[in-house]
Order: sequence, then C-alpha cells, then structure tokens
Amino acid sequence: MKKFTLHTGIAAPLDRANVDTDMIIPKQFLKSIKRAGFGPNLFDELRYLDEGQPDQDCSGRPLNTEFVLNQPRYAGASVLLARENFGCGSSREHAPWALDDYGFRVIIAPSFADIFYNNCFKNGLLPIVLNEAQVDQLFKEVEANQGYQLTVDLERQVVISPSGDEFAFEVDAFRKHCLLNGLDDIGLTLQYAEDIKAYETRRRQEAPWLFDAIHN
Amino acid sequence: MAGKTLYDKLWEAHLVRQNEDGSSLIYIDRQILHEVTSPQAFEGLRLAGRKPWRIDANLATPDHNVPTTARSGGVDEIVDPVSRIQVKTLDSNCDDFGIVEFKMNDTRQGIVHVVGPEQGMTLPGSTVVCGDSHTSTHGAFGALAHGIGTSEVEHVLATQCLIAKKMKNMLVRVDGELGAGVTAKDVVLHIIGVIGTAGGTGCAIEFGGSAIRSLSVEGRMTICNMAIEAGARVGLVAVDEKTIEYFRGRAFAPQGELFEQAAAAWKSLVSDADAKFDRVVEIRAEDIKPQVTWGTSPEMVVAVDGSVPNPEKESDAVKADGIRRALKYMGLSADQKITDIQLDRVFIGSCTNSRIEDLRAAAEVVKGRKVAATLKQALVVPGSGLVKAQAEAEGLDKIFIEAGMEWREPGCSMCLAMNPDKLGPGEHCASTSNRNFEGRQGFGGRTHLVSPAMAAAAAVVGHFVDVRELMAQ
Repeated sequence: MKKFTLHTGIAAPLDRANVDTDMIIPKQFLKSIKRAGFGPNLFDELRYLDEGQPDQDCSGRPLNTEFVLNQPRYAGASVLLARENFGCGSSREHAPWALDDYGFRVIIAPSFADIFYNNCFKNGLLPIVLNEAQVDQLFKEVEANQGYQLTVDLERQVVISPSGDEFAFEVDAFRKHCLLNGLDDIGLTLQYAEDIKAYETRRRQEAPWLFDAIHN
Repeated sequence: MAGKTLYDKLWEAHLVRQNEDGSSLIYIDRQILHEVTSPQAFEGLRLAGRKPWRIDANLATPDHNVPTTARSGGVDEIVDPVSRIQVKTLDSNCDDFGIVEFKMNDTRQGIVHVVGPEQGMTLPGSTVVCGDSHTSTHGAFGALAHGIGTSEVEHVLATQCLIAKKMKNMLVRVDGELGAGVTAKDVVLHIIGVIGTAGGTGCAIEFGGSAIRSLSVEGRMTICNMAIEAGARVGLVAVDEKTIEYFRGRAFAPQGELFEQAAAAWKSLVSDADAKFDRVVEIRAEDIKPQVTWGTSPEMVVAVDGSVPNPEKESDAVKADGIRRALKYMGLSADQKITDIQLDRVFIGSCTNSRIEDLRAAAEVVKGRKVAATLKQALVVPGSGLVKAQAEAEGLDKIFIEAGMEWREPGCSMCLAMNPDKLGPGEHCASTSNRNFEGRQGFGGRTHLVSPAMAAAAAVVGHFVDVRELMAQ
C-alpha cells in the first residue's frame, strides 16, 4: 500500500450530503476486473451530461460545467471537502479506487459511512472527520479563495489551512501506523498465524458444525 | 456486571486476538463470493503467491451481472462482453482454487444473500462476510454478518480473519401488532425514516420487540437486509424456534445428532435481559402504514396516504437543499400526493424481497387482475433457482404471466442494473429493492422503494395505491 505521511494539495468542495457510492462510481464501471483506471469515471453521472460506458474514451464526452470538479479553479484537486454521511451505500471498493485514481489523497467530511471509511484506509486514502462547524469554515474559505490548498499532517493528526489554522482529527492508532508505513494488512495478520490456528482448534471443539461443511 | 447483547456474544466467540493498539482480529466462518467484488481479490492472492486459508469456508455464485432472460446458451451467450468476462473470471477463479461455486445455470444459483441461508451455509452464531453491503441480511439468523470491501475479501481468503473494531450496540424495538397489509419492508422503511440513513452508523443494530418476533425468518431477512440503509453494517435478530427450524435439513447445515447439538448451542444466541445497549429506539407497530420512498435516499420515505415534502417547510438548510435536489431528479412537485405518482415499470425482486413469501404476497395481489396498460414492464425475478422452482410448483409463475408480468431467471437484475434489466431516463419504477439512489436502476431512472404487495398493487393500477384498499375492493 501507498504510504501517507504529509500531503498538501488543492481542495475542492462537493457541497451535498449523503453522497453514495453509486454516485462516486456508477455500477456499469464495476464490471472491470482491475483495480486501476476508474478515475475518468469518478462521479460519472455528475461530471458528464451523457451516460458513460465502460472502456469508453471520456476525453470527448460533454461535460457538466456546473459540476465542481469541472471548474478550472479546482483542476488537480487532491483534497475533497464533503458533507455528512459521505460514501453511503454499497461496499464497492471501486469508490476509493476511483477517488485515488483521479488523484485524491484526502477526504474531509463531518461523517462517513462505515464500509467506505474502512475501504479508504486499505488504499492509502485518508478520510478525515471534522465537526460540522469546522467543515463549514473550510467550505467558506475554499469557495472564497482561488487556489486554496490544505495541508494534512498524519503524524501530528492535523489539517492546516493556508492562514495557519490547525484542525486536529482522530484516527485509529492501527490504521495510522499502517498508513504512515504503507503496510500490507495481510502480511501483518499472517504474523499471527499461530493464534488463528489455536483459535480454530478450540472452536472446532465448541462448534464442529462450522468446519468442513461446504464441499461439492 | 451487566448482561451481554447478542452482538457482544458473537464478537467474543470470534475474537482471535486483541492488539495493544485497540484493533482486533476476528475469525470469519463463512465468506460468500460473487463476480463483481472478487476478481481483484483473487488477483491479489496470485500476485502475492498466497493460498486461501480454508477452502471449505467459501461459497460462490454469480448474481449481479447475469441475464435474467433465457440463458440455456450458458455464459458464452451473455451479450454484454464486460459482464461475460466478469462471470467467466469468477468461474475460473473458483475452479483454480477449488471453491464451491453454483454456476449460472445451476438450479442452486441465485442472489448471494438468498442462496447462503437457503443452503444452510449461513448458520446461527457464525460470522458471515461478503463483498456486498447487504450481507447484513444474514443477521436475521443470529449470525454476525456484514459487507466488506475487496481488500478485505482478499484478507479473509488469505487469513480467515478480519481486522476489526467492536461496534456500538443499538436496539430498535418494534412492539405491538402490525396491521393487515403491513409487511417487514414497511417496518424497515419506517425505521429508516425515523432514524435516518446515518442513524445506525458505527453500530450493530439488533431488531427486537414483539412485532419482530412475530415475523417469519424471511421477513426478518428483509429487515436486516436494509440495516445498511440505516447506516449500520450489521443487523441482528435473536435466535428463536423459527430460526432453528429453518435450518433443519439444509444442505450445508449440520444433520442428525450434530444438528441437535448445534440447536442447543444456538438457543443462547439472544441478548441477556439486563444487556446494555448504547442506544435504544422504540417504535409502535400500530404506527406503521405501507411505505413509499419519494426521493433519492431511503430515508426520503412517507406512508402511502402521505405527500411529497415541501422544502420551504424544512428549517435545516442542508436538508432543504437535499429535498429540492431530490424533487428535481425525481420529477416531482412539493406536496404532491404519493398516490398521484404515475409509474412506468415495476420490479419485484432483489436480496431484499425475492424469496418465496415475497412472491406469494405479490401473487395474491395480482391474481385475477391485469397489469395497467400504461405500464411498460412489470418484472418478477426470483432470488434463486430454488425459489423459482418452488414458485412454479405453487403456480405463482402462471399468476404473474396471466396478469401480464414477466417471469425471469434468478439474479440481482434491476436492483442495480448491471445486467440488461434497467430503467430508461426519467422512468418511475415501483421497486422492491433497497436503494433509490440517483441512477441506481439505470441512468436517470427514478426509483420508489416499496413492499412486494405494494409493488404488485401499483402494477395493477399504474400508480401508487394503498394495497389494503385495493384488496378490499
């Protein structure tokens, strides 16, 4: 996994609540069997005026110029400002893959849906929860200032605005450790293979029906 | 010391280890795989040179992409080439790793969340995961079940564990008696309307109370299925005699003496009387009427005798903006009556409502009636090949076909339109599925979530109607 330590980038404000994973990456793009290449279809139905198809060249498609990411001032944005319950809906990891592929490294919102939140960490994407007043303040500042950039320092757990304001955020110690070091979860878990085997031996005694049941 | 909740018990029984940093490793008894969220997980295993930890904990079946029209030509005749590759990739991955798969034309194939319990793969007291958020469905049997992302699918394949953090305990208690014509779907839509789509975020929701106990296990599956629409990854219902009897004789469930041993253990899968919940919501069953969603989030729901809300009456600016946006997308006006919404298509199916009881409820409504001439299509898609066979044995297929509905092969179908079943731009659909998000059922499509009985009633009249009134005629 990609490391995340310190990041500075242009912030883009997506001002709507309950942005769901169907909106982040519509279902027709989930047919890919790869992890990469979802960026051009991020927010497809908001971003383009026509219906997108998998494997289509998006460069000639009609753009919805009102959509925030199509505005030149937010070109190259890597920090997404969002509203409550961001990422609700399905478990598709294609949502963080699409955000990552587009170039986002950080999403800041007052709340996230659980599965999406968890999926972000598996992909080197940092979801940050700030309170509503703080998020409101950032929305106002980004809309008022062209080229507005935010810095995120994961080690210190702060978001830093251009004027030097610092917003502290919480992050689970384990997830922080994995992001800072770009660690692979599976490798970490396999270090505990003996614990897993010991659990299985014990569990087999207690609930034998949970073992050796599914076969042709 | 306070007693334990059902969730506490399931968590403790699966705890492999607790790390100093607060994260835990929990053991996963069962994983269900489908074609959309598994290919990258298998690819990851191969790239790292890893093998599945336990083959016999996995079961696979293609559901999201499969066509629901005649498919005797097999996978090679799936018209959409991208879908075809995805289904073939699942087949070859399962073949390569030796994972049991019910392939597209196996009669046991179907929607993962219908197939798992039907086969006794899901069991009370087990942990069940799948790369699909509606895995919460399996909690109806006192199993700890939730959706995971593809990285976690790979993690479970490789380690049989998940890195997890304990959730909060929430109890939604529905006491009283449900009125005639009010179903599990109406109960869960009503609950989401009360607590909101983020109401259960961070929680495992246990659904309890006399109204939940009186539901069949299939009704409880409908409720737990939509826990995720209330923000909760996990929905749970305590085990009772109905739960235990459901599993007797199922293919992967224990048999004979082992079943009795398991059944004795399953009886403890209830929350203790003095268990402490972090949050409790109480709902009176008598307050619940047939529900219809009007907007683009499942919490945008009202009773069938209600009206579409007016954003001018909403004091919260973000909410008012959400209502305006939804009205525009849905092509509805403020204060419009729900029964005035004209429909283009009706969809009866999905992991929420495609089991035999759902089909019986819909058939009861359309029996001897005809689909409204104004409708373009009314689809009935059973949840599995076995549900389809059961429905045909009961003659339900004939009732649907005589009414002018289409009787299809099993799959996810129009719930998320990854196969050819989809809405056209601007079309309104009465759907028994679980999400009414923008574009969910097709680009520009307008979804209204309802129960199977309400969808069937809407099919007959061409607009929403209180099924209780239709049946009284």
